[in-house]
Amino acid sequence: MTMQYLLQLVISGLVIGSIYSAVALGFTIIYKSTRVVNFAQGELLMVGAYVCFAFVVQMGVPFWAALLLTVLFGMVLALFVERLILRPMIGEPIISIIMVTIGLALVFRSIVSAVWGTEILVYEPKLFPQEMLTIAGLPVSLEFVWCFVLSLFLLAVFSVFFKYSKAGVAMRATAFSQQVAQSMGISVKQIFALSWIISAVVSGIGGVLIGNINGINSSLYHFGLKVFPATILGGLDSILGAALGGLIVGVLENLSDGFCKAYFDLSGVKEVAPYVFLVIILMIKPYGLFGTKEIERV
Amino acid sequence: MHYCGDYRTSYVKDVEIFQTPFVRVCMALFLVFLLVLPFLLKGEYQWILLQILIASIGAVGINILTGFTGQISLGQGAFLGVGAYTSAYITAKMGLSFWVGVPAAGIVTALCGMVFGIPSLRLKGLYLAIATLASQFILEWIFVRWEPVTGGSYGITIPRPTLAGFTFASDRSYYFLVLVIAVAMILFASNLMRTKTGRAFMAVRDHYISAEIMGISLYKYRLLSFGISSFYAGVAGALYGHSLKFVTSEQFNIEVSVVYLAMIIIGGLGSVLGSIYGAIFMILLPKVLSALTEVVQADLPSIARLAIAFEHGIFGLIIVLFLIFEPDGLAHRWKMVKAYWKLYPFSY
Repeated sequence: MTMQYLLQLVISGLVIGSIYSAVALGFTIIYKSTRVVNFAQGELLMVGAYVCFAFVVQMGVPFWAALLLTVLFGMVLALFVERLILRPMIGEPIISIIMVTIGLALVFRSIVSAVWGTEILVYEPKLFPQEMLTIAGLPVSLEFVWCFVLSLFLLAVFSVFFKYSKAGVAMRATAFSQQVAQSMGISVKQIFALSWIISAVVSGIGGVLIGNINGINSSLYHFGLKVFPATILGGLDSILGAALGGLIVGVLENLSDGFCKAYFDLSGVKEVAPYVFLVIILMIKPYGLFGTKEIERV
Repeated sequence: MHYCGDYRTSYVKDVEIFQTPFVRVCMALFLVFLLVLPFLLKGEYQWILLQILIASIGAVGINILTGFTGQISLGQGAFLGVGAYTSAYITAKMGLSFWVGVPAAGIVTALCGMVFGIPSLRLKGLYLAIATLASQFILEWIFVRWEPVTGGSYGITIPRPTLAGFTFASDRSYYFLVLVIAVAMILFASNLMRTKTGRAFMAVRDHYISAEIMGISLYKYRLLSFGISSFYAGVAGALYGHSLKFVTSEQFNIEVSVVYLAMIIIGGLGSVLGSIYGAIFMILLPKVLSALTEVVQADLPSIARLAIAFEHGIFGLIIVLFLIFEPDGLAHRWKMVKAYWKLYPFSY
């Protein structure tokens, strides 16, 4: 195994990891403020990718306008979901909440395949320039770099948002204790709606990015499942953790795939490696790198 | 004889499964009905009946874990697969009989379930759900990749069971075999919930800290619950494999896990009877949907096409609607209906 190949693996891992980070960020935002585990995160990404595709390719809207429309669509969708489905579930046991988001995921998936079919669709024209860039002696497609930079930008924006903006602080307060937040004059309902909106928008943008690189098809929701290793590694309620976790999982899955192919002649490790890490992390450090430890007192 | 309200004079009476003579007569009649039913139904319906029985075993299994012990499992589909592959390997590749294969499937799956249940010592709720989700993907991957045992993507062809020269080749004869196993296992589960073990499970579910303070070893009972639940899954998976006469990895994907979770949620968490209602509901649902699509096919072809594309969506929608409007499941609703009619028209 040459150094060159290793570097290649790391770089492509970082790129795919940055998409994981974006989706994991959406997941964490919802979990942080509402304690809802969203199994439909990957579907939000898929819907975003398809809606943007519809605007750009099927209707011929210029890309930046289409992205804006996709963001708007994501907001409306998130509002509907939060109001109609998640709000009646407040106070229900965790299994009900998990199942309701799984049900939601199935609905989204079948709507997408009913409307757009299951074949691979390709964004045309391409958003990003198709040139190659050389990093450390390796050719890297420029769209990968763009994708990486955009993801990092999103992460930075939301870290700042949570730390300094009024709404961000209110969201953290809600996450800490809904009752206390309410008594301080924070509208918990609005916070819930806001977190769903942000999450849908972030995932939607992630979907548009990945759609540009790989094309879109109805199995795009698989990205949502990779969110679990990423968020568990980073700590479920940590923004920074989600970002780092996504990147680490991306790199790790690429590296283990490369190693197993080179040394054990075992292919397809990529699909399963993140989940093996997940189990290991859960056994060693269940609250992840930056997660808040839950301490229970009797 | 019906009493107005509960009239019991001993604890033994309070935990009886069949509480009144009337219920006992009803159950006996129902059993006779189950024995006669396959003779009244045609080929395809016999198959559906068989699948309902097998799904009932699996659903009771996951309800022991999720409904009674409160440990969420998203890996039931893969555990069914472990059972199916174990029995397939034993009967098809080692040449042993079905009567070895099915118990072995149960035991191997129970061990496998307990291995993946180890994280439950430290994890609960959401974290455990994610751990079992990981086990689903890991096991699924093993099904595809471990070719010498699982046959890879080609799968394994397996025979129907034989007993003293008689082969359970038809769906009807196999149905009776499965019926015996299912009744035994469901009765065992109902009885288990009346024992110390069953009550410990429920204590762990309701408040695990209190349970531990009262001297219930959390680790032991959580692992035990994983083991028993996986044993049921293994047997159900093995029976399913033998019913299809073919085992491949696609039969045990994440969607199967979701279907089984949906069964116990729709049927009723923490209710043996509810698991069976759920199994009936979830097995019949796709059949009813496709029958409905066929009816409208001639007149409204476009709607029929949409319905086919939307099949999973309808399934998801039903889960969502149930959770919002009927969170306690069919078993609870059935109790309410019974309570209403029992005292009708003087409802208090």
